[in-house]
Order: sequence, then structure tokens, then C-alpha cells
Amino acid sequence: MTTLDTAVRAKRSLPARIAGRLGGGVMRLFLVVVGLFWLTPTVGLLLSSFRDKGDIAASGWWKVLSHPAQLTTESYSTLFSNDTVMKSLLTTALITVPATVLVVFVGALAGYAFAWLDFPGRDWWFMAVVGLLVVPVQVALIPVAKLFNSLGIFESTPGVVLFHTAFGLPFAVFLLRNFFAEIPRELLEAARLDGAGEIRLFLRVVLPLGGPAIASLGIFQFLWVWNDMLIALIFADSGNPPITVALQQQVRQFGDNIDILASGAFLSMAVPLAVFFAFQRQFVSGVMAGAVK
Amino acid sequence: MSTASAGGAAASGPPVPPADTPSSGPSGAAGPPGASGRKPRSALGTRAWVAALFLLPALALLGALVVYPIGYSVYRSFLDASGDGFAGVDNYREVFTDERIRTALKNNVIWVIVAPSVATALGLIFAVLTERVRWGTAFKIVVFMPMAISMLAAGIIFRLVYEQNPDRGVANAVWVGVHDTFKAPAPFPGAHPRDDRLLTGAGGAFTTRTVVKAGTPAVLPLVGAKPKDLKGAQAAAPPREAAGRVTGTVWRDFTRGGGGKPGVIDPGEKALKGVTVEAVRDGRTVASATSAADGTFTLPASADGALLSLPASNFAAPYNGVDWLGPSLVTPAIIGAYVWMWAGFAMVLIAAGLASVPRELLEAARVDGANEWQVFRRVTVPLLAPVLGVVLVTLMINVLKIFDLVYIIAPGASLDNANVLALQLYQSSFGTDVNQGVGSAIAVFLLVLVLPVMLVNLRRIRKERQR
Repeated sequence: MTTLDTAVRAKRSLPARIAGRLGGGVMRLFLVVVGLFWLTPTVGLLLSSFRDKGDIAASGWWKVLSHPAQLTTESYSTLFSNDTVMKSLLTTALITVPATVLVVFVGALAGYAFAWLDFPGRDWWFMAVVGLLVVPVQVALIPVAKLFNSLGIFESTPGVVLFHTAFGLPFAVFLLRNFFAEIPRELLEAARLDGAGEIRLFLRVVLPLGGPAIASLGIFQFLWVWNDMLIALIFADSGNPPITVALQQQVRQFGDNIDILASGAFLSMAVPLAVFFAFQRQFVSGVMAGAVK
Repeated sequence: MSTASAGGAAASGPPVPPADTPSSGPSGAAGPPGASGRKPRSALGTRAWVAALFLLPALALLGALVVYPIGYSVYRSFLDASGDGFAGVDNYREVFTDERIRTALKNNVIWVIVAPSVATALGLIFAVLTERVRWGTAFKIVVFMPMAISMLAAGIIFRLVYEQNPDRGVANAVWVGVHDTFKAPAPFPGAHPRDDRLLTGAGGAFTTRTVVKAGTPAVLPLVGAKPKDLKGAQAAAPPREAAGRVTGTVWRDFTRGGGGKPGVIDPGEKALKGVTVEAVRDGRTVASATSAADGTFTLPASADGALLSLPASNFAAPYNGVDWLGPSLVTPAIIGAYVWMWAGFAMVLIAAGLASVPRELLEAARVDGANEWQVFRRVTVPLLAPVLGVVLVTLMINVLKIFDLVYIIAPGASLDNANVLALQLYQSSFGTDVNQGVGSAIAVFLLVLVLPVMLVNLRRIRKERQR
């Protein structure tokens, strides 16, 4: 490869090399501009969230760059002292954590069964589950609303959790089965010979080995549920809604509520962004595995 | 794409050797269902209740909340709004004839074609360009980050970006800035004469009542100029008399706190700088000048005996930019927000594909004298074709389900113009126009649209497992 490199370099004439350098400069400049372009909307929201209502109404957030004194944490302190908003963050957490744990656990059970247990029609069952990957959640809205209504869990947190768990499962089963199938057969055989039952095997050997895949799945599902609005809008308790729904109710009077919306949106983004920056690698692998969706 | 689907997760895991011997691992896919019993996994095999224990939670949830709803939606789509009577295909007919739903259908077509291809194209460009830049990872994080936030937050972010007022919305601020660079804005929008005695006019332009004479200075008093346009203006100076030329002053004939005589330059009255003054004779412009910082202007002798005119371009309302969220642009604007969120997804997947393209092939092409563009077009893109396909299809499915972004960004007035199927489904099922029959029909229609992808997925996974 190095010899090839030198060969290529030797072949290129001086003008071609200068053109290459220039091209490299233009390319880098382009990337910097695009990067700034990509950041601008978020920065705009962040700066707006630190301005007071009057300033937002009077001028654009970029005015802050020349008058930094305008910045204030007022809207955040309003938000933190607002019970409804704080409660909605709690509701979001109470939905997201169980929905994530359940998907991982139920998905791992089934993934292990599809990878290592014997039962009739195993591969057909697996195909059926994977086939459900692309079913749009919208298909289930009306029927599940009716079902939950008769079960008495419509407009309640358990209902939202169940809905998210069910729709997270095809991906969870698909991802975890593929991962578990890579566990060396000898490892499982050895544990079985030592007298471990399937349940022990699953809890003590398979789950710990599944760490990386479980992390990817967990982060993926966590972000998906945390960020969801549609399912929450229909199935969550409207008197005690998660943060997305609470903010959504303010959006219709966008101009009047812009200070709360800006800081509220940022507050709702804080957790996903923290998760994103802390677990980037796992998130990327989850996204890539999820590309079949 | 086999690498990105299953291998993506495995790549981050511990170095587990793949079970590749044909007799081990779950390779029974080739055989009929019963054949899996051929290879017992343990001395005892699996007892039925153990398998049931492991599978039941998942299958029960999937059955009750995913599979049953599919069946119920199909059934419900043939019933009327109340759910009591049989409606035949009426609901489906309504999906294709109702004005609002047709708009939604039309928008969905635009969405499915435009959004995935733009996001994929950008993803490809970013992935290729960042490959050889040292800080490429930082760039990727910036572009990928919006994927972590909710559509709601992205919607609020872009409501702010697309604000119509160029003083508040960054998109219009930039747009107006560019526009005004090429076309100077009117210096004094809204300024006008106090009354008809000296100046008269229609359509925004004002003309003197009497002709001007060289040596007799003209006074052009105006009121109504906005204070912010007058910031830093000098005091108006009386016109200098110049032999053989027409001179005059344009100023704001208004003294703060009252006082001052109309039509006379009183002390402290501000000059209007940069106003275009034209001399018009017989309907033709014979000369023109622009007022100086002290409001004075000088026209050549040829203006003698002409009428002075202040063209409308001096007083036009400022250019206000584009109404991004108005009826005609709302869908492209929301697609812009979507691309902002999802280009990173395309970029990451394509970058992963790019990493597995054999370097030797690219180098060989370069040695053969291909330039970078040819290498990209003839070698890189064909090698990436499977990944590009998966990205496109994934985004298309994702776009069919788009709901939150439209619901949040489109203001009430243009919500109908921005309508998409998933939003209409929500409105029909739970929102303003309740008809769960129609809602179910839209749901079934969405399902039919993703069905081909389901089949392709299954075939691909079967093939992978047969290897």
C-alpha cells in the first residue's frame, strides 16, 4: 500500500499537487461551514433559552453575541419552580426506564430462545418477529386504544410502557438473537455439563456476555421512548403528561410561550444529549443494527 | 449491508469467534421447521415448558399489541365512522378523494422522494469528505447529534429558525441580508409629505407641484420617517445656491417636542440622507441625484424647468424575506428540518460502508490515471450501492411515519397545507375530524406501503443465515 502511495504521488505533476492542496483547503472550509450551519439552529435555541421574553420578542438571538449582558437564567428558574414541568420530567423518566428495562429483558429472553433453544418452527417464529420490524406504530393506535380502554390502562403510564415495549421488541429480539448466536457453543455446553439449567445459564452466562449489544439496544430504546410524542399524546395520562406532551400543549401559542418553550425544550434535550455524548459508540452500533427497521 | 445490520452491534462487542461451522449455531434456517430437531443442542434437548417460558412474554406482547392490531385495523377499515355499520370500501374511497387527505397523500409523495434522497446525498458527501480530514470525527458528531433529540425539540428549534420576522428568524435574517446586498433597501420606508401643498403623489412616488428653477433652491420636506432609519442623521442644511444648477434639501420636517414651521428647515431637524431625487420633464427622467449627509442635492442645469420627483423606491416597505411556514413553502421547510435531523444517520451508515471498501481498489484506479471524481463515481459509489440502498429504504419507511415534526412546525394556518398521512391518521382517529373508519383505512394503507420492505428484509435475513 505504501509503495502504491509513492507510485501515485510520483505520477502526479506539480500543478496537480497544488490543485490537490487547494482542493483540500476548499474541502476543509466547506466542512467547517457545514458544521457551523448544522450547529446554528441548536445554538439559537440555547441562546434564546437564556433571554427574557421581551428580548426574544424584540430581536434575534444573535444580538446576544454583541450584548452578552442580556443573558439571564430567569426562564430556567421559572421552569424549575414550575411543578407541572418538573412532574412531567418525572413522568417521562417513569415511562422511559421501565420501557427500556422491559424491552431488554423480554427481548433477551426471546433472543436467547431463538439462538440456543430447540422448539418446533423456531426459524419461522423468528422470521415472523423480524417481519414485524417495519410495522408502523400508527397501525396500532386505534386497536390498542380500544384494548387498553377495556383493560382500564388507557391514559396511564403502564399502558405507555407496554406499548413501547411491544414495538421495541422486534428490533430487540433481532439484535440480541444475532449477538447471542455468536457466543461460542463450547461455553454453553460446559455450563450445561456443570449442571446449570437454562434459566441459570441465561442469567449467569448469556446476559453478562451480551453486555455490548444490550447497551446498544438499551440506549437506542431509551432515546426512542424519551423522545416519543405520538404514543404519549394518545396513551399517557393527559393530567400528568410526559415532557414532550406538556411542551406540545404550549406550542400552539408559540410566540407567547417562547421563553418557556425554549428552556423547556432544552431541558427535555439535556438527558438525550448527555446519553448521546456518553455512549456515542453504543448509540452508533444500535443505529446501524436498526437500519433494517 | 450484511455488515451494517448484524455486524454493527457485534463489532463493538468482545472478540467472540463467530460460530461458523455448519453444525453449530442457529443455522437451521435452510431446513423445514421440523428439521431443527436434528441437531440437539444439549444431551437432553429443550423441554417445551422452558422454551415457552423464554418466548411467552415476547410473543404475548407482540401478539396483543402488534399482530392483533393489524388484523383489527383491516377489519375496522371496512366499518363506518361509528363502527356499527358495514361501509365496504367507502373509507378507502374517502382516503383517495377527500381534499385534505389528498393533500396529505401528495405531500407524502414529495416527502418520500425528496427527504430520503437529500439526506442520503448529503450523508454520502459528508462521509466521503470527512474520511481524510483529521477532525472528521468532530464534524460527524456535530452532524449526528440532532438524531439524539426529539422531533418535538427539533420542531421548536426550527419554529425559531423559520420565524417570519427577519429580526427574529435566522433563516429570514440571512435571506434578507443576502437580498439587500444585491438590492439596496429603501432608505426611508413609510416617509411621506405632510400635506399636498408642496409635494403630491400616488403609488408611493411624490412629485413637486411646481417646476424648479436653477438658482432657486427647492425644499422637499417629508415626515413619517422611522426613528431607527434616522439614527445618526445630521442636521439638515439649507441648500447651497449654485449658478446654473438646481439645488435643494430633503429633510424630516418635524421638530421633536413640537414647534417649528412646516416647510421650513428649523434648527435640529434631521436631514434625510441617500434619497433619490429625479428631475422629470414631460414624463421622462432627465437627471437624478442622491441627497448627501446634510440632505442637500445638486442637479445639473438640464433639470431647469422640470418637476422634481421622489421615486417610490425611496419609501418602499422593507423586504421582509420569505414566508417559510406559509402555505406554499411549509412542506419544503419541514423537510429541511428533517434532513437536519437525519443526514447524520445516512452519514454514519455510509461511513461504515466506506470503511469496508478495499483501499487497494481505489489506489489501483488512481494509478490507472483516474482523477478523484472518477474514482468516486466509478468505484466508490458502485461499491457503496448496497449501503446507499439500505439507507434510502430505511429513510423512506421512516418518512412515512413522520408526524411530530409536521405537527409542531406547521402553524395552525398552514397545518392543512403541510398535512401528511400519519398526521391525518392521528386527526382522523383522535383529533379534530374523528372517523376511525378512515383512520384505520389510512393505517392499512401505510402498512401496505411498507410491506415490500418487510419481504425484502426477510429474504435478506434468510440468505444471510444460510451462509
